[in-house]
Amino acid sequence: MRYLPLTADDRAAMLDAIGAPSVEALFADIPAAARLTAPLDLPPHQGEMAVERHLTALAMKNLSAGCAPCFLGAGAYRHHLPAAVDHLIQRGEFLTSYTPYQPEISQGTLQSLFEFQTQVALITGMEVANASMYDGATACAEAAAMACRVTRRRRVLLSGGLHPHYRAVTATWVRHTGAEVEALAPDPINIEDLIGRVDDETACVVVQTPGFFGHLGDWSALAGVCHAAGALLVVAVTEPLSLGLLTAPGAMGADIVVGEGLSLAGPLSFGGPGVGLFATRDRFVRQMPGRLVGQTVDADGRRGWVLTLATREQHIRREKATSNICTNAGLVALAFSIHMALLGEAGFTRLAELNHTAAVALAARLAQIRGVRVVPSTWFNEFAVTLPRPAAEVVDALAARGILGGVPVSRFYPEYPELEPVLLIAVTETVSADDMDSLVRALTEVLA
Amino acid sequence: MTTTGNRALMLEEPLLFEQDAPGRSGVDLPEPEDPVADRLGGLRRKGRIGLPGLSEPQVVRHYTRLSQKNYGIDSGIYPLGSCTMKHNPRLNEKMARLPGFADIHPFQPAATVQGALAVMDELANWLKALTGMPAVALSPAAGAHGELCGLMAIRAALEHRGDARRTVLVPESAHGTNPATAALCGYAVQSIPANGDGGRVSVAALRERLGGDVAAVMLTNPNTCGLFESDIVEIAQAVHEAGAFFYLDGANFNALVGRVRVADLGVDAMHINLHKTFSTPHGGGGPGAGPVVFSDTLAPFAPLPFLVHGPEGLRLAETGPAGAMPFGRLKGFHGQFGVFVRALAYMLSMGGDGLLQASSDAVLNANYLLARLKDDLTPAFPGPCMHEVLFDDRFLKDTGVTTLDLAKAMIDEGLHPMTMYFPLVVHGALLMEPTETESLASLDQFVATVKALAARARAGEAASFHESPTLSPRRRLDETAAARTPVLRWRETG
Repeated sequence: MRYLPLTADDRAAMLDAIGAPSVEALFADIPAAARLTAPLDLPPHQGEMAVERHLTALAMKNLSAGCAPCFLGAGAYRHHLPAAVDHLIQRGEFLTSYTPYQPEISQGTLQSLFEFQTQVALITGMEVANASMYDGATACAEAAAMACRVTRRRRVLLSGGLHPHYRAVTATWVRHTGAEVEALAPDPINIEDLIGRVDDETACVVVQTPGFFGHLGDWSALAGVCHAAGALLVVAVTEPLSLGLLTAPGAMGADIVVGEGLSLAGPLSFGGPGVGLFATRDRFVRQMPGRLVGQTVDADGRRGWVLTLATREQHIRREKATSNICTNAGLVALAFSIHMALLGEAGFTRLAELNHTAAVALAARLAQIRGVRVVPSTWFNEFAVTLPRPAAEVVDALAARGILGGVPVSRFYPEYPELEPVLLIAVTETVSADDMDSLVRALTEVLA
Repeated sequence: MTTTGNRALMLEEPLLFEQDAPGRSGVDLPEPEDPVADRLGGLRRKGRIGLPGLSEPQVVRHYTRLSQKNYGIDSGIYPLGSCTMKHNPRLNEKMARLPGFADIHPFQPAATVQGALAVMDELANWLKALTGMPAVALSPAAGAHGELCGLMAIRAALEHRGDARRTVLVPESAHGTNPATAALCGYAVQSIPANGDGGRVSVAALRERLGGDVAAVMLTNPNTCGLFESDIVEIAQAVHEAGAFFYLDGANFNALVGRVRVADLGVDAMHINLHKTFSTPHGGGGPGAGPVVFSDTLAPFAPLPFLVHGPEGLRLAETGPAGAMPFGRLKGFHGQFGVFVRALAYMLSMGGDGLLQASSDAVLNANYLLARLKDDLTPAFPGPCMHEVLFDDRFLKDTGVTTLDLAKAMIDEGLHPMTMYFPLVVHGALLMEPTETESLASLDQFVATVKALAARARAGEAASFHESPTLSPRRRLDETAAARTPVLRWRETG
């Protein structure tokens, strides 16, 4: 067994040193009734080749998004990842290290997380960011819970333009802390009135930009109303690349910005692991969940980094902690950070521009197809369209033609029949001109 | 000190932000096409973001140098107690990167992801077989997230039977996540003593606290003293008789795999850290995965989504089978799929026989450390231990050397220190978990080094301990200053 270094001789010598007659004797504290008397019915160990054969066969049953024109988004966007990213995160010193509790021999992880925190703060337009959460949806839930702590209020208002998974996770999460959640109906045409619902019991309003159906929001007025009422504005970002082109939520008055970094840390990997982004204002830092890396000096006065403000955290504060989070998304945060480092200001903004121009071009062509209507008037790289038939059927018909043609909204909202014709279409730099031609042609055929 | 501050292979590296040349980039992207009217509705960003511009060679060098300031399992023994820092097989990484697994979108039509759903199904079956439990929720992203999943299901079950209980009992030796999770789930936390029967929860003390207000008892087994809670079956019975649920923290499952099925212990829910027991990398603090197994009583309350077998194969459903009353959703998408592939690759590699051998070797290795170190250090409890061994700091009494000093001296010797000052039930705790992937030679070297350090401490060399580490990329860092005046990001100065 290739992962086990001990030989039979080693084991015998060790038992001798211990003074135990057998390995079994070391388990004497386990009551006999609780111990298995026979081996479990499981397959025996296998060499690399056999395992590889089995798993490769399963992988081959999937249609890899790289092998088909792919227009899927809905919170997970397929971008090209520079080769250096995956190479660097596989360095064993990053891959196989633990949470940096011993800072003297963890400066690599700590410095890279400090850089990650800075990058996230910069793109969101916020003052401070943490070292990552599990994903965007849980970051959103933690933001709502934090807003309740900061305001000492219990009402959480969720926009109908917030991703359905973020809505569900947030509602599930904060309900247990005694908060009341008001989730507005899904809102493809962007008519909801959030401002009129903010009152002096509101802890926070949670919105998303770009919205789930594509709309871009100017949240400045809402932020003003929230602040006048003593509430916080939480802005969720499911496509961080949009921040390369759009006014940052921080500049619109957001108090907490959360996001999903998966799209820039990739690969999509069926949706996980991703990396939750979490940024806020300096004055709320002691109410933040999650790990924070801070700068300091060592005994020789040299600059270095440590985990800091741990008195917020579970391993110190136990039941009084701001969150129970421990393990987060360190390696995915590293991948995000490396990609951002490679892009730089010039690459990040240009990549965002490329996504937007491609999405604008495709929307114009789709709008020419009979029965297809582009729903939002503004968007970044994803927009909702309505079709003359249920979108799920159309998606299956497109899949049969080898095209991953979008995400039907009914997948998330089966209880809203009026959303059956709504399809989300995302366009990133990975979509070629040929891919767009294929979609336009196939959709025209399917709808004919 | 050298002119540069560098020391041979150990190279100083400035921040990314200190290497900026405006306009420079590590990627080549085409010019955007002729400008079309944008659809940004006047929300175009104004002004610079402030991201630094670096070329690819600079970025590669930056992260290579940073990596060299980190200790990993690939570097050497990493005996952090309760963290199960075992070898991370590279086959796992290779499998997770197959395009059919890595490059699939979470919302592809079910017909195009049957292989991915089969991975989830196979993993679920392994976890059910190893625990004997009838149901599993795969979506939790880490151990603490799994705890939340378990307690939310417990609360849903209690609410369903109209039984509003307010309290969760947690032993004082528990991981901090346990009380934090219970509080997050809306429960009052009561600590129960864990010093009965030499480091174990006292059944009598537990019975005294059990009552109509107790929703759940959260127990870690083997516990954080490295001991098996021998009365666990009796504890489970007492918990159930009081109408409460029994949650097991599975962080230490590595000691039990293939030898004990938690279903046979009377457990209602347990999370399994795939990044501990099943060898997926810790990555400097994640990502992990914390699937939760459930008993029949709790299974109906498991969270969304459901993995369903149907006439057209597997699919993920938002509605469960008849009788399902999911408490909600815990995570975006469908869980840590990339971690699932790695864990399954490990299970298939090890097989039932290998997993049993692994837990045996893990316990053997820990007991070997106990046997070899017991005369030089002070074991908190007599053996045998399970997969980790706990020492306290009595052996350092009157030496002027603390547990922290010893740990920092170990760094200079090329060892990663053990867990320090946890659990809280013994003074100056040193908790060592070598795992089964350490060779005898590696253990012997560790033992010899720790013995030598203990001898140095006894010989009155406290001053050198206080100076340590001196050979690491940084010496002791001023954590007090970091917390007093937090500098949590780089800012442009001047």
